[in-house]
Amino acid sequence: MSEAAQKKTPLYDEHVRRGAKMIPFGDWIMPVQYSGIVDEHHAVRKNIGMFDISHMGQLIVDGAAAAGWLNTMLTNNIEKLQVGQGQYTFLLNEAAGIIDDLIAYRIADHRFLLVVNASRAEEDFDWLDRHRPEDLRLGDRSAYFGGVAIQGPRVNELLIDLPTRNHIVDVELDGMSVSIARTGYTGEDGVEVFFGASDAAKFWNTVLEIGEKFGIKPCGLGARDTLRLEMCYPLNGSDLSPERNPIEAGLGFFVDLTKPKFTGRDVLLKVKENGAAQKLAAFRMEGKGPPPRPHYAVFNNGERIGEVMSGTLSPSLNYGIGMAYINAPQAKVGTKIDIEIRGKKFPAIIEKKPLYKKQS
Amino acid sequence: MNVPDDLLYTQSHEWIKREGENIRVGITDHAQAELTDVVFVELPKKDRQVNAKEAIAVVESVKAASDIYAPVKGTVVDANKALESNPALVNTDPFGEGWLYLLKIDNADDLKQLKDAATYRTQIG
Repeated sequence: MSEAAQKKTPLYDEHVRRGAKMIPFGDWIMPVQYSGIVDEHHAVRKNIGMFDISHMGQLIVDGAAAAGWLNTMLTNNIEKLQVGQGQYTFLLNEAAGIIDDLIAYRIADHRFLLVVNASRAEEDFDWLDRHRPEDLRLGDRSAYFGGVAIQGPRVNELLIDLPTRNHIVDVELDGMSVSIARTGYTGEDGVEVFFGASDAAKFWNTVLEIGEKFGIKPCGLGARDTLRLEMCYPLNGSDLSPERNPIEAGLGFFVDLTKPKFTGRDVLLKVKENGAAQKLAAFRMEGKGPPPRPHYAVFNNGERIGEVMSGTLSPSLNYGIGMAYINAPQAKVGTKIDIEIRGKKFPAIIEKKPLYKKQS
Repeated sequence: MNVPDDLLYTQSHEWIKREGENIRVGITDHAQAELTDVVFVELPKKDRQVNAKEAIAVVESVKAASDIYAPVKGTVVDANKALESNPALVNTDPFGEGWLYLLKIDNADDLKQLKDAATYRTQIG
């Protein structure tokens, strides 16, 4: 571990006090696990888990022209948002490469909250600031705010009057002003809650106390990663990067090409017309073997056809799963592939997304 | 953390138990706690000859793959097949059922370079 100054979230002391295992994560020091990755994973699938997401960036765009301008910066159609509604969207560079994936909430007619990845928050801010018209205000409130994700099928027992999916509401809870958004990164019902940094510890401890009877567990980044990968939700820095565009990543649904103008549009129109060279495919290992990991090579009939971006042993499915960029002709559900692990090839098969489907 | 007094240890968190001309090798309680849930173990093949500090096995947790090193020069005589179906034994019983492999050592003097329990305790703080 480097001794360089590491950023701490307002929940850092609570993580340490409750015995979480802390690791460096980009510039941050974050909990990777509490009771164990697999245990926390199952808590979220069966009951409730709570994650510290205070490291995520929170940017505010404010001004009469905010919606119009953001629509030229982001891929999804922000005009479709009513006040209190959010959407998943991308910030692209001119080559349509992904700078960041984020959720944009319309929190007032002319005011938006952008919840962005921790590792890209500064870059996002600089990019937006560089392109910003002078009459729009861009603020970074990240340092003054904290946030948690509360995820799992019993979340509606823990919190009542939840907003509808992808909506955000401001409420008072036990003297704390919080924003509750019905969203998440686990595939379970759940919310992301944002609050002032000074309320973070109180909020965290209150929820753990009330949630005890619903089996709530504090969770770390390890379980967050296995949960999102079972759902095939992309992770920026692994599955997404400035070298990849949303169509290759299989996320064209969040790009509105009917909008007349947004950064990267021209390139995406060409990608759409000609087809992407590679696609982000989900796969699972067949038979017993080591779990797949980022950067393992992917083969098909002896020919190298791609590279693994994310991989793990799925705690819900109990076999190895992953996502890989694979040459488009072979990136089809049912294609048999081989993953090269320490010089040996192990069989796998391309599957439909998501890899994990909830039993109803 | 459990650090049994009757074992020897390496800088890279393997434990070593002398059994006549063989040594039994596993990873320490501290190591399994750091690695977290072990989901796969790649064991060395029988009769493989290894040098000290050569990577000989791989222990994979949910998060990452970690190399395990041979503490001294020798030849593999056995490996813990139980780990193939139940790799979590490394977590639940690191000094017992979770052992990794048995090595016939070339030279018993090589063991003198390993750490005793007190020294290893100091290392892991």
